[in-house]
Amino acid sequence: MSAWEPVIGLEIHVHLKTRTKMFCRCPIAYFEPPNTQTCPVCLAMPGSLPVPNRKAVEWTILLGLALGCEIAPRAIFHRKNYFYPDNPKGYQISQYDEPLCVDGRVVVPGSDGDSEVGIVRAHLEEDAAKTVHVGGAEGRIHGSESSLVDFNRAGTPLVEIVTAPDIRSAEQAKRFLQVLRQMVVELDISDAEMEKGSMRFDVNVSVREAGESDFRTRTELKNMNSFNFAAKGIEREIRRQVELYESGGTVVQETLHFDPGNESAPPLRSKEEAQDYRYFPEPDLVPLEPDRELVERLRGGLPELPWARIRRLEAEIGFTLAEGLVTSGRDELYSRVPGEREAVANVVMNELAATGVEPADVNAEELGKVIAARADIPRAAFAEALAASGDEGFSAERYLAESAIADVSELDPVIDRILGQNQQQVEAYRGGKEGLLGFFVGQVMKETGGKANPKVVNERVREKLKA
Amino acid sequence: MAISRDEVLHVARLARLELAEGELDRFAEQLSAILEAVGKVGELDLEGVEPTAHPLDLVNVWAEDEPRPCLSADEALANAPDREGGSFRVPAA
Repeated sequence: MSAWEPVIGLEIHVHLKTRTKMFCRCPIAYFEPPNTQTCPVCLAMPGSLPVPNRKAVEWTILLGLALGCEIAPRAIFHRKNYFYPDNPKGYQISQYDEPLCVDGRVVVPGSDGDSEVGIVRAHLEEDAAKTVHVGGAEGRIHGSESSLVDFNRAGTPLVEIVTAPDIRSAEQAKRFLQVLRQMVVELDISDAEMEKGSMRFDVNVSVREAGESDFRTRTELKNMNSFNFAAKGIEREIRRQVELYESGGTVVQETLHFDPGNESAPPLRSKEEAQDYRYFPEPDLVPLEPDRELVERLRGGLPELPWARIRRLEAEIGFTLAEGLVTSGRDELYSRVPGEREAVANVVMNELAATGVEPADVNAEELGKVIAARADIPRAAFAEALAASGDEGFSAERYLAESAIADVSELDPVIDRILGQNQQQVEAYRGGKEGLLGFFVGQVMKETGGKANPKVVNERVREKLKA
Repeated sequence: MAISRDEVLHVARLARLELAEGELDRFAEQLSAILEAVGKVGELDLEGVEPTAHPLDLVNVWAEDEPRPCLSADEALANAPDREGGSFRVPAA
């Protein structure tokens, strides 16, 4: 059977966390009662006029720069015409052939080396209203009887990022999305919370035989809001297309609604036949001409981006830990904590993360001392120290002082007692069953309430058994 | 450039307009005439002339990101043919 190569492109939508909407000054609020954050502009009352949000324009430029894009000297808004209850004007204000940001690229680090993903464009538009489908088959889109419309979300600034079809696996797509998400969070322009809908993405998938240079027909998986479901959906769609080709069929261009619940992807009716949106320049808005000084100032203020940090940390602690720390936003803390790098990375990524302590609150110096002393203090004290590491006035001293009992004069009587109580096992050990060492150490630890230093106990037990 | 009846039908469907049989020919004729008039521009030498996106000679008109008061839900819904609680109710989309 021939080898198949997946070809994947992404369209990502990110809400900007401006205080107000894109074209009116209604506040953006996610959890207010329906239709309490509206005005004549976002309800499309006749005669109302849009006024762009300056901050949203600046943040889109900032995002474009972070994606390595060129910032257009001139950008304009277009009307994208379609009828749907979430869109009361009958058009969405978007950008078409003159978007703010074009031609970017990012280098995505991976366990198997770097890969490059082209950014075709990043443009600014407005989000639609939220519709909830009621009645019918449990409110699912199919078979519902009526829809309830809430315009609180209508007009929220939305950046659409379109990648080139440069992605070659579900895993790579997932990694790109995770790092992108972390980037917009760090740029402080979006909270990109998928449960809230402030980040969503569509995936275009096709496959071709290895060596083919043309692209084949693609399908679109719409409105994904979980990295894992996206990866699963992509893998499933790749399998479906390969099976189609291998059984002599062809792929039909369509939009699939991926339902993670039952792993089915039923085709949706297209919103508008032939994508005939009849774009034309928005006559109510004048062009944007980003000030070059502003662009350079924003470029100069860009922090070290997650892609670069993963690559930098990878050399110290390997790809998996580096990626995990960066995409969970924990690498800043990792960098502050002194000590053996891999041990620090593991604690910050795993045990400390499990405590729920805010990384920014942690006293890194003191945490470093705790991690360094890990082998010498009781396990319980280590866990307590991690849980308290974000508290004000946190000091390692108290936990280190509570240090494990390493005093032989204190441990010997306990060890003697344990050995005396377990004569049979002692004989077995001396007869060659050395695996029983762990049993004796365990008993001593239990007897001391977990406070004994396991290393010292180990040594003492071994010595006494030799005698 | 002549507009066909089929094109008129297509555009009418996109705009959700229901046209009577007699209107199809009439609009095909009128739209063709409009396109022809606009086509006059093509006779000019436009080398180096930027397309006009807006008749006003203005750029970068925008507002600061400062919230202003909203309508109440009842005001927003005042013209709604049907509502449920604070939401507009519409036929199933």
